[in-house]
Amino acid sequence: MTQTAAPTMRKPRRNWRGWMFVGPFLFFFAIVFVAPLLYAIYLSFFQPKMVWGVSQGEQFIGFDNYIKLFTDPNFWSGVIGVGLFLLIQVPIMLIISMYLALAIDSGRLWGSSFFRVSVFLPYAIPAVVATLMWGFMYGTRYGVMSEVNNLFGTSIDFFSPSLIWVGIGNIVTWEFIGYNMLIFYSALKTIPGSLYEAAAIDGASEWNIIRAIKLPAIRGSMMIAMIFSVIGSFQLFNEPNVLQQMAGNTITTYFTPNFYAFHLAFEANNPSYSATLAIVMGVITVAVAYIVQLWGAKGGVK
Amino acid sequence: MTTATAPRMRAKALKGNHVGLAPKKSIVLTVVTALFVIYALIPLIWLLISSTKTQSDYVSTFGFAFGDSFALIDNIKATFAYRDGIFGRWFLNTLLYVVVGAGGATLLAVLGGYGLAKYKFPGRRGVIALVMGAIAVPSTALTVPLFLMFSRIGIVNTPWAVIIPCLITPFGFYLMWVFSAEAVPDELLEAARVDGSSEFNTFFKISLPLLGPGIVTVALFAIVATWNNYFLPLIMLTSEEWKPLTTGLNDIKLQTYSAAGGANPLQNIIITGSLLTIIPLIIAFLFLQRYWQSGLSAGSVKE
Amino acid sequence: MISKKLVGVALASVLAIGLSACGGGESSSTPSAQGSDSATGEQTTLTVWGWEPTLTPVVEAFQESHPNIKIDLQNVGGAGDTYTKLDNAIAAGSGAPDVAQIEYYAVGQYAIPGRLADLTQFGAADLADQYTTGTWNAVTLADSGQVYGLPVDSGPMALFYNEEVFTQAGVTTPPATWDEFYEAAKKIRALGPNSYITSDNGDAGFATSMMWLAGGNPFGVEGDSVTIDLGDEGVLKFADFWQKMIDEDLINTTVAGWSDDWFKGLGDGSLASLITGAWMPANLIGSAPDAAGKFRVATTPVPEAGTTANAENGGSSIAILESSEKKEAAYEFLQYVSNGDGVAIRVAGGNFPATKAELADAEWQGYTDEYFGGQEYNKVLAQAADDVLPGWSYLPFQVYANSIFGDKVSGAYTGSGNLTEAFAAWQTDLESYAKSNGFMQ
Repeated sequence: MTQTAAPTMRKPRRNWRGWMFVGPFLFFFAIVFVAPLLYAIYLSFFQPKMVWGVSQGEQFIGFDNYIKLFTDPNFWSGVIGVGLFLLIQVPIMLIISMYLALAIDSGRLWGSSFFRVSVFLPYAIPAVVATLMWGFMYGTRYGVMSEVNNLFGTSIDFFSPSLIWVGIGNIVTWEFIGYNMLIFYSALKTIPGSLYEAAAIDGASEWNIIRAIKLPAIRGSMMIAMIFSVIGSFQLFNEPNVLQQMAGNTITTYFTPNFYAFHLAFEANNPSYSATLAIVMGVITVAVAYIVQLWGAKGGVK
Repeated sequence: MTTATAPRMRAKALKGNHVGLAPKKSIVLTVVTALFVIYALIPLIWLLISSTKTQSDYVSTFGFAFGDSFALIDNIKATFAYRDGIFGRWFLNTLLYVVVGAGGATLLAVLGGYGLAKYKFPGRRGVIALVMGAIAVPSTALTVPLFLMFSRIGIVNTPWAVIIPCLITPFGFYLMWVFSAEAVPDELLEAARVDGSSEFNTFFKISLPLLGPGIVTVALFAIVATWNNYFLPLIMLTSEEWKPLTTGLNDIKLQTYSAAGGANPLQNIIITGSLLTIIPLIIAFLFLQRYWQSGLSAGSVKE
Repeated sequence: MISKKLVGVALASVLAIGLSACGGGESSSTPSAQGSDSATGEQTTLTVWGWEPTLTPVVEAFQESHPNIKIDLQNVGGAGDTYTKLDNAIAAGSGAPDVAQIEYYAVGQYAIPGRLADLTQFGAADLADQYTTGTWNAVTLADSGQVYGLPVDSGPMALFYNEEVFTQAGVTTPPATWDEFYEAAKKIRALGPNSYITSDNGDAGFATSMMWLAGGNPFGVEGDSVTIDLGDEGVLKFADFWQKMIDEDLINTTVAGWSDDWFKGLGDGSLASLITGAWMPANLIGSAPDAAGKFRVATTPVPEAGTTANAENGGSSIAILESSEKKEAAYEFLQYVSNGDGVAIRVAGGNFPATKAELADAEWQGYTDEYFGGQEYNKVLAQAADDVLPGWSYLPFQVYANSIFGDKVSGAYTGSGNLTEAFAAWQTDLESYAKSNGFMQ
């Protein structure tokens, strides 16, 4: 312990020791991420020849599956569905989350920790349970929705084709506003108190503090929240899957891309095509996440 | 996110809001925010009330009113008695997946994130690119190919088919990387090396205690992800003795909704089962929610 | 309360009809019983997938009389999900059960690719006379005579109607034809904004049964190719009739079958009737208790006055997976469930029998329940079983076909498109599936 700050020691030496730590993670990463990805790519190029539902061996089919997918209206209907969902539900959810984070952080609420915990609570609820609860309440004639409809003289039916996405959007929003709120709130908590003091000395208004100090501070979190929301929307499955029986035929077998992949693999007996869809959706998701990130880096997110 | 800028230090000294200002409380703000609290709590209140109803009260009374009889205890008994106590089995399965899956995921993420933050090794940039890229890959897109792969090697319908995929959390890895970089000073490690301490010894004796809040955060994320996991067990598991609570509950619902002479409404069991499923996590949340925040703060300063 | 009552009935019927019906079952199971006797002391465990509630007491009773065979009964998520799981397990090559409950419409799907064990090796062909023609046809392959399952229950359709609501609307006799059904629907619709004669939002099982009832026969096999004609006379007759009901808002198209709302609607009379399988009574009694005393049973309204016709809806068989290594023990269990002591237990639990002996049994036919106002409704249902039209067959990939049915028809039920077009679209998709899976050249 003679010299602790020798320049050569500041930088860890470049050697293989790091692999002892990273190795186990990468080993399982290879099994869980890399291998299925490669396997899916392989699968997408082969199709079993079937005779009366029995495979007679696989044959190479080149890009047939990809060509078929790009002209498959079912696939695009799902992509457009989740795309619109993404464009509408995610901003609403993130704005509410941001409002809540700012409100709770402002110190102007009575019992702010109660607010924080309550709003965050839904994140602890499994999507299955959340969807079951909301689904039961959506019941139009005898669920809670019927009381609401009677009260206001409306006939809102979240299981109807025109409102099913609203119903799902509500469930997803409910599940994740608290989670996103906490991400923003945590970021606000990292703002050094000295900044607020300086702002107070300058006589800055609350609104100015939000604009000049708080919003820039949550910029990084906003990126994370948006990217996770993009991923979440593109792989939407649990909520429509659980709602399916309740909503009758409103939820089609190609309701979302993930839904369609599940249907193709397990109901339509076509894992090869399902794998193709998984790959294309993975590429689309990574691309959109990357665009969001570029947009954020250019200052699109305040 | 992929740019590995040096994480800024967190300001943990000043926790209070707007130190020295003590802003005035606002009624309007409180009321508006309270609306969202109501929104967040309303389904849970409905669940709580509904779980006290018998099946016949459930179908005949208003959702937010109590029924004629208070049947919570009976419903809990019925839930645990349902199909020879399968619910208890699902509960234990969920615990198994959480302990082994989420526990393993946390361990791997802590080791890996720490290794990435504190060592320079050949291929480091490749590892960063790979794992950061994986954050954006929807894991469910890989689940179907993973199922086909697992079925070839014969481990579908075993607990391993659920546990192994749960072991990897790229986001946890990322959080631990960021957290380790700032929480463990390089100087401390170098000092230990000079003293002749082995790498793992240094890790366990010196670094691990410093990583506490980050580990709790990653563990909580992993626990929630595993406890709430649905798509993976839905695909991987067929026999009910290995199911977790989520797919188990959905099975009871499917049974309720299936025709072909087998329908028997079990809403009271679904609802009480739902309540029992969420109680452990809600308790965990109430006790541990502070840790989330401190761990997430580290993640959010990145970028 | 209901279950206690049913247990009472169970005991009575075991005593009354058990002797005759089960005598046959036991004698025919002698060869395989020897099989397990020879392995005395060695316990075999069979994994059984079934969703039907009465299987639970059947398994319990079986365990008592067959200590050497342990049954691991699993409900993998209701009828529909069982097939997904079964496909899944077959694809995986592991995790499939020894025995599975399979609905009649899905038997071909598993039998044809060789997933199910041929039961003629155990002498099952001799059992033909014990079952109703419809159910036996459903478990055998017509050209080869191979048997791929034993019937469990059956579901000849009938009209279950709320007599109080019908009377209130001025419908004094239950509609016997589709025209009368249409007229009754209009009267009931006039009772109030929520009153409908029935509900349907596009259920594949119901639609195919109605096509069958109308004399349609859209699915068949010619040589080594399936044939699909979803434009035949019977199919179109149903499409026109049902489209008229939808267009004139005479049926409720928003309530999903088997949902909370659906049972509540049946309970409070806002859904005044339903046309469904004969296994329905126990479900009504258990799940729509508010309508106790009001429901009655009548034969299914037929398309043409003066004719007799009916179709099956639902109903299931029990089959052995080809991959099972315990087929003998499994067959013993099959017999117990299908024509042995298990029958009485199931029937007492509300199962509608597929065996002729039970259908003809006087005690069973004379059974009454307050829920149906003391009506001897089993007599009506036994008649319904007799009326089933012969000759219907499902596709060898009916599970897939049904899974996409909703996609095709949802427009017709929500005001964009009609059933005739929807069935044509269904046909196009099915043909494409048939071609890519080698069912059609």
